Amino acid sequence: MAAPIAIHLEFGGGAELLFNGVKEHHVTLPSQSEPWDLKQLLVWIQRNLLKERPELFVQGESVRPGILVLINDADWELMGELDYQLQDQDNIVFISTLHGG
Amino acid sequence: MCQVDEDYHDGLDRAEVPSVFKKCVKCKEASAAVVIRAGDTFCRDCFKEYFIHKFRAMLGKNRIIFPGDKVLLAVSGGSSSCSMLSQVQEGLSQNAHKKLRFLPGIVYIDEGGVVGQSVDERVRTVAELQAVFRATGFPFYVVPLEQVLDLPSSVVVMAPSSSEQPASAYKEAVDQFLKSNSGSCLNPKDQDPTSLPVVPEAHTQFLQQLIVSAKTLTARHDLLNTLRQHLLVHTARTEGYRKVMLGDNCTRLAIKLLTSISLGRGAQLAQDTGFSDSRYGDIILVRPMRDYSAKEIAYYNHLFNVVSVFIPSLDTKTTEKASIQRLTESFVTKLQVDFPSTVSTIYRTSEKLQTACGSSSTDDSSDRCLLCVCTLDTSGENSSSFQATLTSEQLSQTKYPARTKTDRLHPAPVELESSVPSGSCCSSGGGEDCGEVESGEGCCSSKEPEKTNLKTLLCYSCHLTIKDMSSVEHLPQYILLEAQRRKRRSKMREEISEFLLDDGVCFRVGD
Repeated sequence: MAAPIAIHLEFGGGAELLFNGVKEHHVTLPSQSEPWDLKQLLVWIQRNLLKERPELFVQGESVRPGILVLINDADWELMGELDYQLQDQDNIVFISTLHGG
Repeated sequence: MCQVDEDYHDGLDRAEVPSVFKKCVKCKEASAAVVIRAGDTFCRDCFKEYFIHKFRAMLGKNRIIFPGDKVLLAVSGGSSSCSMLSQVQEGLSQNAHKKLRFLPGIVYIDEGGVVGQSVDERVRTVAELQAVFRATGFPFYVVPLEQVLDLPSSVVVMAPSSSEQPASAYKEAVDQFLKSNSGSCLNPKDQDPTSLPVVPEAHTQFLQQLIVSAKTLTARHDLLNTLRQHLLVHTARTEGYRKVMLGDNCTRLAIKLLTSISLGRGAQLAQDTGFSDSRYGDIILVRPMRDYSAKEIAYYNHLFNVVSVFIPSLDTKTTEKASIQRLTESFVTKLQVDFPSTVSTIYRTSEKLQTACGSSSTDDSSDRCLLCVCTLDTSGENSSSFQATLTSEQLSQTKYPARTKTDRLHPAPVELESSVPSGSCCSSGGGEDCGEVESGEGCCSSKEPEKTNLKTLLCYSCHLTIKDMSSVEHLPQYILLEAQRRKRRSKMREEISEFLLDDGVCFRVGD
């Protein structure tokens, strides 16, 4: 049983438009039996934060191609992408590089 | 073998899952922060150095921007152009031998009126950007897109670049005309850069009508791009700049390349995507960010706190099938996920393209497209695919008047001719109808012939865009006026063609 963890989420490059224009979110993920990974975080974001047009943020299990993810200021490709296990106080940034956000 | 998912995923993804402990490929000491190309991991410091070096190398390699040149940076507020601005700042603050030596200015084109931003939103956006611009200390110009309505028609005329001499007497005369024309628009006005020019409500509405009159998002995009470029060139001319830097990055150029092909702009690819673009003659458009991928830029901006201002555009929150531009973008970015060299492969292709004859400034202005100012691609052989397209269009659609050229080859059925609206004068098509605009009578009052009239002045792709518009009346005056002028000119040339000592004519006489 993992304890609830507090993380900092940031959206940029137009991705914030899908979250009512709010760029920064401090959220606490509830405790669950297995540790939180990024894949579960995306599902959680989709259920709890995303305000509209989920297909413009998530596609399949991953983020939409063209949206970059940084975990603690490092490329998520270095961190194992979707399998990365979230730690308390992690900083996750989503930046859209797509035209028009 | 046929199961794409099984084979390729194993090969590409599983094989090289990089770990947190991976080191930077450059210094081999610090732990990596960014993966640039497949497998190339950089640490924070090396990434910064690499990024900055690339900008200077790009300018050094191409030798287009000379010391002391006045260069206008076209900043849209997006991450790419803001990154370009920060690179120029960085370059100017460098120590002696690495220092960039040109004089930058900034231009921002406020398109808020077109994308439906309210006046308040526009003021807020502009204020945000002005804060960024002011911090650089460069002169800056905030130009609302509405000013495109007041442009002189010399914008769509290619001005001669000062270094080249006209070839023949006729062309000299044309050049003289062009020179005087472009000279008249060179009246620098004292625009106070800190205050936003007041935009009359009517202008915003007119502009909105213009954009809405294009029926598809694809055409709206194309139109907006054209207008924006005209305004950029005009601003550069009036403010005395000779070069304009655009912020296109390599991901964007790869998308633009494929989009352009889909839009029928194959002939203009080199100019649309190359490092430098001299289609306007005196103003050279430069794309110094074309070596950076969108990812590199986004990471750099994030890691080194480069401020960019997000401004909604026409395709914000649209689906991926909303326009050809959008569809191409999603195609390229999706492919890029599994095949990380997609963008660079497309981009390298664009690098190999060259302008063979298009950049020569001695070209007559009537050989240039009225909208994109590229050399017309519509004067091909009878066997060209353009002619084939025209023929099939003409045969399948009765509402378009036939062209004389194709008429001779494939005589249209009689009933087709008779169904053409508003009389026979329009069905003659081709160069014959040029007098109608001038006289402004008869069939020109109906919309359809007006469209066909512009057609002879447009390249294939711009013609398609105009075809998507419900009416050309909404086009800004400077475009319509220039169209009339070219019509008159080509008519006059036709009339006096027997007396012209043109190479082609001489040859025919000698025969």
